[in-house]
Amino acid sequence: MNIHIRNGRLIDPANGIDAQQDLYIVGDRIAGIGQASAGFAADRTIDADGMIVAPGLVDLSARLREPGYEYKATLESEMQAAVQGGVTSLVCPPDTDPVLDEPGLVEMLKHRARSLNQAHVYPLGALTAGLKGQALTEMAELTDAGCIAFSQAEAPIVDTTVLLRAMQYAQTFGFSVWLRPQDPHVGRSGVAHSGPVASRLGLSGVSPMSETLALYTIFELVRATGARVHLCRMSTAAGLELVRAAKKEGLPVTCDVGAHHVHLTEIDIGFFDSNARLTPPLRGQRDRDAIRQALLDGTIDAICSDHTPVDDDEKLLPFGEASAGATGLELLLSLALKWSEEARDQAALPRALAKITSDAARVAGLAAGRLSVGSAADVCVFDPQARWTVAAGALASQGKHTPFLGYELTGQVRTTIVAGHIAYQR
Amino acid sequence: MTQVYPELDAEALYRALAQQVKAGLAHAENLAIVGIHSGGAWLAERLAAELQLNERLGFIDVSFYRDDYAEKGLRADVKPTQIPFDVEGAAILLVDDVLYTGRTTRAAINELFDYGRPARILLAALIDRGERELPIAADFVATSITMPAGQSLILERAEDGRFSLTVEHA
Amino acid sequence: MHNPQLNKNGELQHLLTIEGLPKANILHILDTASSFVSIGDREVKKVPLMRGKSVFNLFFENSTRTRTTFEIASKRLSADVINLNIAASSSSKGESLLDTIDNLSAMHADMFVVRHAQSGAPYLIAKHLNDTQQSHVHVVNAGDGRHAHPTQGLLDMYTIRHYKKDFSNLTVAIVGDILHSRVARSDIHALTTLGVPEVRAVGPRTLLPSGLEQMGVRVYTDIHQGLKDVDVIIMLRLQNERMSGALLPSAQEFFKSYGLTPERLALAKPDAIVMHPGPMNRGVEIDSAVADGTHAVILSQVTFGIAVRMAVMSILAGN
Repeated sequence: MNIHIRNGRLIDPANGIDAQQDLYIVGDRIAGIGQASAGFAADRTIDADGMIVAPGLVDLSARLREPGYEYKATLESEMQAAVQGGVTSLVCPPDTDPVLDEPGLVEMLKHRARSLNQAHVYPLGALTAGLKGQALTEMAELTDAGCIAFSQAEAPIVDTTVLLRAMQYAQTFGFSVWLRPQDPHVGRSGVAHSGPVASRLGLSGVSPMSETLALYTIFELVRATGARVHLCRMSTAAGLELVRAAKKEGLPVTCDVGAHHVHLTEIDIGFFDSNARLTPPLRGQRDRDAIRQALLDGTIDAICSDHTPVDDDEKLLPFGEASAGATGLELLLSLALKWSEEARDQAALPRALAKITSDAARVAGLAAGRLSVGSAADVCVFDPQARWTVAAGALASQGKHTPFLGYELTGQVRTTIVAGHIAYQR
Repeated sequence: MTQVYPELDAEALYRALAQQVKAGLAHAENLAIVGIHSGGAWLAERLAAELQLNERLGFIDVSFYRDDYAEKGLRADVKPTQIPFDVEGAAILLVDDVLYTGRTTRAAINELFDYGRPARILLAALIDRGERELPIAADFVATSITMPAGQSLILERAEDGRFSLTVEHA
Repeated sequence: MHNPQLNKNGELQHLLTIEGLPKANILHILDTASSFVSIGDREVKKVPLMRGKSVFNLFFENSTRTRTTFEIASKRLSADVINLNIAASSSSKGESLLDTIDNLSAMHADMFVVRHAQSGAPYLIAKHLNDTQQSHVHVVNAGDGRHAHPTQGLLDMYTIRHYKKDFSNLTVAIVGDILHSRVARSDIHALTTLGVPEVRAVGPRTLLPSGLEQMGVRVYTDIHQGLKDVDVIIMLRLQNERMSGALLPSAQEFFKSYGLTPERLALAKPDAIVMHPGPMNRGVEIDSAVADGTHAVILSQVTFGIAVRMAVMSILAGN
């Protein structure tokens, strides 16, 4: 199908474009920007007057809950949530049930996702079998099956030797390792940021040391192995200092932050609101300030949604018993825009969008998040002024829990196009 | 908004009540006096001094026995009930400043019975303003008046101990 | 954020924590409690305030002592009391906390007295009751995780006021495992709200939570400095689990460094009072000579505890 998107403000951070330009799609590719390709005749015209035309969003972490956790969410509902959120490429962690440590499971997941004809799904393979931190997985086979990198999800490796070997092995083939920087022991039983709020509320704390101790180890292993590491969900000021220094040193590391952590702090736990039970926990104001500064100076490469659908049974519990996680695919755009709005002159719209498109794509090594002629026709058309209230009814995801419930956010997707196919239209 | 009723001289009314009480209880055995907070308590104090019953003087706060707890909740200024004598077998003179619906008296009687079984209870009130909602009657009353609903009569005690009555409009 | 303890008229609907409770409310509870103290001396140890009301004691965490005092308090208010030891009942069969509440509400409960091992559990219950239009049902927090034990905090304040009269010139030391103590947190909030100028926390680093200074507390790790010239000493109970969690080496060493002995008590003011929420571990946090001595007011705390709980329940039930 030939699609002509006209009258929109085209923002493509990768190519440095921010202008009133039309977009022309032929089949599954972008055929023209600003002017049509030769002989173009539109089958479908989309009027993007007042809208922004951006690359489809690239989300570095979205749990789809299949296989195994279908009572929490299914591929159908979460893939629908993705395109409603303007996400056209997403990376999913390996902590499914069974864990994504077998090529067959990865193939099945990719096949299921493809058949829905919505966002592109890029699974992370398990770094160790069963995520148990003992035996290596068949990384080469898993990569052939479609894994783009390897991860331990939320299960830190206790035996440092195993982590060393895994990174050495991955480096052999040039595979990336995505790690959550958390110490296997310090802070493991904590549920909230170690600080005045946790002390007042009597909640067991997660010290920032949980993150920094892990980072020291990881960087040392990177120096030793040369493996490329992506750090998932940074949360502390001290940790970001270490990342900044590591990058300056020239280590091959990148990192991301969860969209909720760009905005919220421990105070948002309020009166034990289990919607604010997240991992890593919401930290202090200084940590949030450091996150925002790190986004500006490039220490943090990307913002992801960390989409984790949790059902009522696991959230309507006392704080310490509730499962961690929040729904995020449909909030990613608004939360990135909110950051841009609040950072004013320092983070103009293209810069904020880069964190959820081109920069994220670069981290994941994907040819995505850009609107070059010839690149995949993955497009997100959104209304930057539209306001919407975060409520269960407004969300396609089966995960209805987020600390932003009841908030009014700005920015709403109108049309999502994946590989030239209109996957969502509001 | 308050105004002093010139006709109601609290001190004169007290003297009238005290005279009735002394006459009526001249031969009472095991007598004790209990004043209902706050106005009744002040009156009881004076009566007890005059009857030389200071060791048999108690004060009662009926907040825990009121029948309007469900609508009004617990009052903000509950005072402690103090009954330093044995209620069992006593002849108790219950003293209140204003007798109106009779509900306060009922609450006070219930409360006294939770302390023991008195031989008898007599009621003394400075003023009876009628409009009883329960079959309660005072044995000693200084004066009976009528007042419009929505007004209440408050007994006050000055620093030098002198009593006065003021009217409060709801 | 709407304070879930208060109803829309600003009256106390639940008692969940002392934190954020206005000073006037605290004093109202203490004043009301003084009227209830003498009821235990009467022939009929009851007042009819909560006659016909059903109070459900929901204890998800065992505690015979606290449950008994709440039961006595309820019965002295003429309420009907139903005790639920949840560990043995449907919860262990997997019934969720809120389903348990809904089932009990269907049996026309008027008040829930809740003790739970998780901080914040009573808030979940209170919110659920408000959300399901059952705001006439009141929740009393009898201790949630490490977070709060408000009736204990209140009875501790009643005790201090009884013996010391004026809060505004006191130094109070809380000694022991502050990290895990809901009693310590409630006492701290109550003391600071009532205007106690100096509140001290004394213990080893492993048992002191971060952020105490933000709660208005001076921290001491040396018991001798911590007890110097104090008017009130509140000793906390040390639980055995602390030894297995690598927080302390042994009970003996704890006693050696932090136990309240007559010599250490002598560092405090001559008329200092010694308090303990109970049950005491003699020879671990407190020497028997001190526990049985003239400075200890521990048994008074128990008596006052019933009156304070009666006050709390009758104020809530009337709102």
